Amino acid sequence: MKLTVWTYEGPPHVGAMRVATGMKKLHYVLHAPQGDTYADLLFTMIERRDHRPPVTYTTFQARDLGADTAGLFKKACQDAYDRFQPEAIIVGASCTAELIQDDPGGLAETMGLPIPVIPLELPSYQRKENFGADETFFQLVKHLAKPQTKTERVSCNIIGPTALGFRHRDDVAEITNLLFELGIEVNVTAPMGATPSDIAQMGKAHFNVLLYPETGETAARYCEKEFDQPYTKIVPIGAGATHDFITEVRALSGSTASLDSQALRQTWWSRSVDSTYLTGKRVFIFGDGTHVKAAARIARDEMGFEVAGLGCYNREYARDIRAIAKEFGVEALITDDYLLVEKTIETLQPEMILGTQMERHIGKRLGIPCAVISAPVHVQDFPARYSPQMGFEGANVIFDTWIHPLVMGLEEHLLHMFREDFEFNDAAGPSHHGGHQPSGTASVQVPAAPEQSLALSTGGDVAIWLAEAEKELKKIPFFVRGKARRNTETYATSQGLSEISVDTLYEAKAFYAR
Amino acid sequence: MTEHMPLPPATGCRTAPVLKERGQREVFCGLTGIIWLHRKIQDAFFLVVGSRTCAHLLQSAAGVMIFAEPRFGTAILEEADLAGLKDAQAELDRTVEELLARRPDIRQLFLVGSCPSEVIKLDLNRAAERLTQTYAPRVRVLEYSGSGIETTFTQGEDACLAAMVPVLPSTDARELIVIGALPDVVEDQMVALLTDLGIGPLRILPARTIDDEIAVGPNTVFALTQPFLGDTHAALIRRGARHIAAPFPFGEEGTTAWLSAITEEFNIPRALFDRVTEAPRRRARQAISQAAVPLNDKSVFFFPDSQLEIPLARFLTRECGMTALEVGSPYIHDALHGPDLDLLPAGPQISEGQDVDLQLDRCRAAHPDLTVCGLGLANPLEADGFATKWAIELVFTPVHFYEQAGDLAALFARPLRRKSLLKVAAE
Ligand code: SF4
Ligand code: SF4
Repeated sequence: MKLTVWTYEGPPHVGAMRVATGMKKLHYVLHAPQGDTYADLLFTMIERRDHRPPVTYTTFQARDLGADTAGLFKKACQDAYDRFQPEAIIVGASCTAELIQDDPGGLAETMGLPIPVIPLELPSYQRKENFGADETFFQLVKHLAKPQTKTERVSCNIIGPTALGFRHRDDVAEITNLLFELGIEVNVTAPMGATPSDIAQMGKAHFNVLLYPETGETAARYCEKEFDQPYTKIVPIGAGATHDFITEVRALSGSTASLDSQALRQTWWSRSVDSTYLTGKRVFIFGDGTHVKAAARIARDEMGFEVAGLGCYNREYARDIRAIAKEFGVEALITDDYLLVEKTIETLQPEMILGTQMERHIGKRLGIPCAVISAPVHVQDFPARYSPQMGFEGANVIFDTWIHPLVMGLEEHLLHMFREDFEFNDAAGPSHHGGHQPSGTASVQVPAAPEQSLALSTGGDVAIWLAEAEKELKKIPFFVRGKARRNTETYATSQGLSEISVDTLYEAKAFYAR
Repeated sequence: MTEHMPLPPATGCRTAPVLKERGQREVFCGLTGIIWLHRKIQDAFFLVVGSRTCAHLLQSAAGVMIFAEPRFGTAILEEADLAGLKDAQAELDRTVEELLARRPDIRQLFLVGSCPSEVIKLDLNRAAERLTQTYAPRVRVLEYSGSGIETTFTQGEDACLAAMVPVLPSTDARELIVIGALPDVVEDQMVALLTDLGIGPLRILPARTIDDEIAVGPNTVFALTQPFLGDTHAALIRRGARHIAAPFPFGEEGTTAWLSAITEEFNIPRALFDRVTEAPRRRARQAISQAAVPLNDKSVFFFPDSQLEIPLARFLTRECGMTALEVGSPYIHDALHGPDLDLLPAGPQISEGQDVDLQLDRCRAAHPDLTVCGLGLANPLEADGFATKWAIELVFTPVHFYEQAGDLAALFARPLRRKSLLKVAAE
């Protein structure tokens, strides 16, 4: 038993739903109780899909358990086939149905439906959502794709994008376009947008572009072995990675077409003097393995940040993330325990978080700005505008997204200079974010009342702030105040001081000056 | 009833034939109730014993409401628990110990059963008894099922309240208990109304904290503010209490009828009733008449969701000028829903249970002006040109009693107003 408050990933059948919902003419018959239909709203509300996910739930109830849940499953399967006329059906069980052991795969097989019926074995009590998506897509490829003569012109498949993916819609558009400019045709994009008959054609491509290892790597490996299709190892997130990706694709395809990278503004934006203030900002990075790997490289090499810590929630990528952490000289945090992530952030006191929607909430509470770089997704991660993470435009978007929560360069200086101006004071927050306090209210914005977890981490051995020092602390702009407070307290403790005076504050400042 | 009350319809829906369906249901399970119950009962923690799916449901249903550390969590069953490698009861003891050490402020702990815990027959009742002994008097441990194989959406609150009834102390006092979790502001309004009517002592279940004592016995009478409390109703009757049957307090008519049933029970003079309710009734009627303009002469179709459907259909047809085409409810209890069915004019198809694809076919054929449905169906229906109201908002928003009657009408009117405002059609 494991006590869990918030989770980064859903159960594996939600991963299977992401594949099925991204595809067309595929139907998923899921042996599951009624409450599991909540998963539909992930797609219809968060992603604002205008169709119900192609999923039929058997919604068995307690009274069915002693009776004939297997019969219920077969009826649901038949009804789904009759009503939706899919090209193929995937069948499986959610956590509860796994326990009653009806064997949906075996049952469906005996029905003699005239279409491929693909059974899924997704162990609900061991694995999670990403595994579910990866395994489902792999089973689809394994059952449906066959070796084929390669296309005359060089072509590739794009694999990995799913429904409910973090910016998958726009990443696919961006990379399809990039490949087009390189003279490479996209044979099939899957699972997102593909039909089962498209998947049957995947063998025609010369190589595969793997955009999301989390949801496509097993299928990519299978295609490499069975169809002699090498696949790309670099995920084109960030300017540097995009250039490397292009080199990799050129090597796989023999393309020599020239590329216009004029649209890449990020590299100049971050060299322009306006960006000086970004130098050495300490960031903490957390998310899925692939996005964290990419973000770490962008943070250091393209933004000039200092990476204070990083980690991922999907254990499958622990080894990669540990390697990166070693390279960056920090410790890797591999966990799906939200409270542990919160605690780590509190301890590290970064100036910014690059995380998921969960870390955005942590940031809100701790008063640390946060930009979202990875799933789990939220309705805000499906903007109406074009907003990829990959390719040149993706690098631009990331630049904008990451600096948005920060206080801009000149503004930062002005806050320092006029820190006691009743209107232009730091309590007002970055001027381009709403919710400014009415002028004249001199109160200082404090993060929401500290709850339990905060109380736990502050021990009893903290030095006491004298009134003058407390007042001085308030003159420090809010976005560094947390760090100043913590540094001063740590310093005081290390010096064996029981009180903090204005002097202690500045001693500490000098001590920690970088 | 006072002279201002409109007459009930010549034929209501109480005896209308009910279409009973047992196909695929598109509804939440009872775990969802934890989302509002944990805010309402301020010293309680809800520990779901379940799977990753249960944790994910709670998180998805809670949506934006991410609190630093909410007063609910999931003890996720793992492979070793299922294979019997670990003693599940001992694991539960360990988890509860960890939790209570972390949260010394918790006075009531609810162990909430889920589909997986029920299928493996994990005895939470035994666990609750054992844990109560361990942690008494600091913490009281109770147990109920919120599983999807036993409960639908709001039935989770019912199961939770029903679990509290057997442990209430006994009394012979003549007291009124009002049952149902309401937003604090609404609850305060209700208390003020009943107090002005001279009714008391008044108890409320669920109470905000464990210290607010409630007792029950043969002289207790109780009123329900929510139409989904069937099991709690039965549990109270088992304790000898008597139910004051009434329409539910939605809208001006519903609130008046509900209060009036209670005042009759307590023999409150009609004049006092009129004096106390006159001003809020007038305000409610006025607010509804303004807010309901877009609803007049429009049709409505209810998918089953929270069991609020029948009282709300009564409100929309009797007070907002709408016509109901189908009123679907996950369950219909005559003892609870009968008074509202009496007032609902004959005409609509009343349905119980669901077969979602068939019901979608009926909805499309009926072409209602407004469809009330769950979150999974709303956007797909909107994309087909149907204006929808998400049912879940009705459970999360203050909608009961006089002062919210206008807001309730406005909740339904907003999708229609919006539809008429937007000039560019979706592609
Ligand atoms: S339906 Fe059952 S398994 Fe699904 S979330 Fe609800 S309690 Fe958990
Ligand atoms: S509001 Fe305007 S001036 Fe202020 S930071 Fe934003 S863009 Fe600059």
